[in-house]
Amino acid sequence: MNLQFLVDGLLTGSIIGLGAIGVTLTYSILRFSNFAHGEFISWGAYATLFTSGILGWALGGAVPAIGPFSFGWTLLVAAVFAMALTGLLALGLDYVLFRHLRRRANAITAVMASFGASMALRSLLEFFFTSSPTYFSKKLQIAKQLGLGIRATPDQMVLIGLTAALVLSIHLLLTRTQTGRSMRAVSENPDLARVAGIDVARIVNITWMIGGALACAAGIMVGLLVQIRPYMGFDLLLPLFAAAILGGIGSVPGALIGGLIVGIAEAVAVQTVGAEWRAAIAFLLLIVVLIVRPSGLFGVRS
Amino acid sequence: MLDLLNLGLAGYIAFFLATALSYSILCLGLNLQWGQTGLFNVGVAGFAAVGAYTSAILTTPPSDMHFGGFGLPIVVGWGGAMLVSAAVTGFIGLATLRLRSDYLAIATFGVAVTIQLVALNAQWLTGGPFGIGFIPRMFGGLAGNALAFNFANLATIAVVVLVLYLALERLVRSPWGRVLRAVREDEEAATSLGKSPARYRLQAFVLGGAIMGLGGAVQAHFIGFIAPENYLPTLTFQVWTMLIIGGSGNNLGAILGGVVIWALWALSGSAIQAIFPPEQQARAAALQITGIGVLLSVALILRPRGLLGEKIIVSRHMDLADTLVPPASAKAD
Repeated sequence: MNLQFLVDGLLTGSIIGLGAIGVTLTYSILRFSNFAHGEFISWGAYATLFTSGILGWALGGAVPAIGPFSFGWTLLVAAVFAMALTGLLALGLDYVLFRHLRRRANAITAVMASFGASMALRSLLEFFFTSSPTYFSKKLQIAKQLGLGIRATPDQMVLIGLTAALVLSIHLLLTRTQTGRSMRAVSENPDLARVAGIDVARIVNITWMIGGALACAAGIMVGLLVQIRPYMGFDLLLPLFAAAILGGIGSVPGALIGGLIVGIAEAVAVQTVGAEWRAAIAFLLLIVVLIVRPSGLFGVRS
Repeated sequence: MLDLLNLGLAGYIAFFLATALSYSILCLGLNLQWGQTGLFNVGVAGFAAVGAYTSAILTTPPSDMHFGGFGLPIVVGWGGAMLVSAAVTGFIGLATLRLRSDYLAIATFGVAVTIQLVALNAQWLTGGPFGIGFIPRMFGGLAGNALAFNFANLATIAVVVLVLYLALERLVRSPWGRVLRAVREDEEAATSLGKSPARYRLQAFVLGGAIMGLGGAVQAHFIGFIAPENYLPTLTFQVWTMLIIGGSGNNLGAILGGVVIWALWALSGSAIQAIFPPEQQARAAALQITGIGVLLSVALILRPRGLLGEKIIVSRHMDLADTLVPPASAKAD
């Protein structure tokens, strides 16, 4: 067996992990599984594409790529801007929709609404951008030999590094800052947190911003490594849930590790069973976790 | 669709109602799971697909394009569809029903994705992307006369819906139905009365899954052709919207929701054909889904009980008593 699956799995796993962190945070702090989270990935990618397109147009032509990478500095600026936009999209969706349903006795109606929102948001992308795939850059990258039969492009290597940096900073935010402590308090017990003087509404907003921004980062990765199309986020939804549950709901490192496990399992399946069965891997892992250890690897039993 | 133009209005209405009522069957299954028992199933499309493919494989003439082709009567296909769908729902139910309700949603979503993947890739079994054709149609002998064909099918599907409706209404008013609602409303109270919530949940989930399988099979035999792209999550989403708009918890609402949403779907489809130039119609069709999504969201916020809300049913023996002493909830309306 070729060791290349490790690089492929690490990349897919990073994408899934970034998305799963948002899923796990919304699940533990807002207490519902958001089926529209995949759309944040797609909207993030299209927002980046749109913004970098406008930047390129304003500067009168495409900006040359940085060093060995396929993208120029406009994409980096667009990425930061789009991450904020996607966070605002998540916040806006909460404001018009979820906020009204989360407080109901039967909170699962929020899950249903998120399913409807996911359909609506994806179809809007299909309407605006059509269902045909697009790319940030058509530039071809030459993969470098890294030894042991493993090859990776410069884009792939820098993206793995960026994911690690992003996840580390979120982890530090949650564990070392007052905001992070408040977030964990709300996830433990919202009523008690409120009594202790924590501004729960602010924590909810921060959760949405972080989830949206990380989903956007995942979308940009998919756009750079694969392609941009309206279904890109929805197709990742099942792997996101599988990773979040596998890692243990509420655990940021768990979501990343869950993502990496799902990603590597998918890469192994692509090599052994065939690429057409890739989407079933997340489901199999999910069912195994739900039967064997529903609290996940790093979760607390509830 | 083109030969629909030659059908005439009466024929079109029969065709429309037959399609809409086949969706109502799926809604009735979902109503038993969600409306009565509070089980959140996001895999409706998958269970309908299992029913449709099972019935197609059992009833089509032998074929080397897919598994079998056993040439059995349509009724056997329907029965097989219900059994196999019930088995798949039972497996998912056993794995997830004891967990938090969100996990059931995620697992059923996953099973639908996987079933669609099997339909697409397991070519030896399902015919793969080509689907299964030559599914025997009910009253196939009338196919030459479109009007008679559509009315005969409408009548058959209407009878199926009616039988399901009467059976489900009886179940809802039975002691079994009361336990389901008790489990939905207050699991601990139901447990304290000696009822095992897990067992009742599984029963309702499996029975609902069997009804969805029947719905999928009925649709397959009405259209005569099935393919993997019929069973995308959009179908699940349509059925959910039908149930929520019609009135979750109310069997009549489930049937009505199927007809109302299918009417909106058909009308918005014609509107898009009329407004957009042909080369833009594929992307404009996405607006239909956006519209239904917005409708579902607005309904959930503003009118969660739908057109026909749930009626307070205690027992059929109590209906008479209700007319004598108005229940406390009547004041609220």
